[in-house]
Amino acid sequence: MAPVTRGFGGRQHAQQPELPPGQYLVEDFPVLSAGPTPHVPPDRWELTVTSETGEQLRWDWDAFHALPQEDVVVDLHCVTRWSKLGTSWRGVSLDTLLADVETSADHVVAHSYGGYTTNMPLDELLHHKAWVAHTYDDEPLSPEHGGPARLLVPHLYLWKSAKWLTGLTLTPVDEPGFWETAGYHNEGDPWREQRYWGD
Amino acid sequence: MTDHEPTHLTDADEAAVDDAYVDGNALAGDLLEIFAMDMTTAVGTCGGCGRTAVLAAARVYRRAPGVVLRCAGCSHVLGRIVRAPDRVVVDLAGLRSISARLPD
Repeated sequence: MAPVTRGFGGRQHAQQPELPPGQYLVEDFPVLSAGPTPHVPPDRWELTVTSETGEQLRWDWDAFHALPQEDVVVDLHCVTRWSKLGTSWRGVSLDTLLADVETSADHVVAHSYGGYTTNMPLDELLHHKAWVAHTYDDEPLSPEHGGPARLLVPHLYLWKSAKWLTGLTLTPVDEPGFWETAGYHNEGDPWREQRYWGD
Repeated sequence: MTDHEPTHLTDADEAAVDDAYVDGNALAGDLLEIFAMDMTTAVGTCGGCGRTAVLAAARVYRRAPGVVLRCAGCSHVLGRIVRAPDRVVVDLAGLRSISARLPD
């Protein structure tokens, strides 16, 4: 058997230029969780957006579905090194949810049922780059993958796409979230391989 | 999870949650590396509910970007361990106290 050469590895990489550095491709959809999975009935689900002045917008399930819906196909990149390409989602753009919010804040903290938090600059959620998704592959989003609804920020590592989303808080000061305070990078850009503090 | 208690969930919801954890004995290797002694028999007090138990009795979630240790009584996050290539980050802020017997 001929030895595997470095050239062979190079051709493999050339065949998957869509993968960020250090990632490998999966066909299944791994489930990662830092705690028990909340099972939130849609009729008791709610989403709030709270500005730095305390003003709050609130949607229940029906009101959320009455907003303009978008279908998107995006690639997912988990910091644990798996990537899944071409995933199909339906949800509401953050541009829609934040359209009527008056704010001068530059940062957002996402809050989940169960207590998880993650932070990102407001600008990372705007300009058609992020959604609150409730449907995956034409099926209601399962609790294991963050249903009834999760944040979807596909251009950042997947820990930023908070499962079981229930709130977005706009803050003038950056407030690192659950993983960001425990060693993971504050920004989490997979194309710059921003995995850990100092990357 | 350290700063925000679970919200909007009733007892019925809590009963409906599923679990993907193992017991605290799974922490033995991680903590041995950090503390250079077996910490699974150390007694910790939960900063959430005040429950006192050996760490081996806590719930460990490992299918995550890091290791998460939760109270078996109230699910409060007791600690987190994240391993980077050049360092390990340990947060035990969810423990009000921890008592470990010194080796002989």
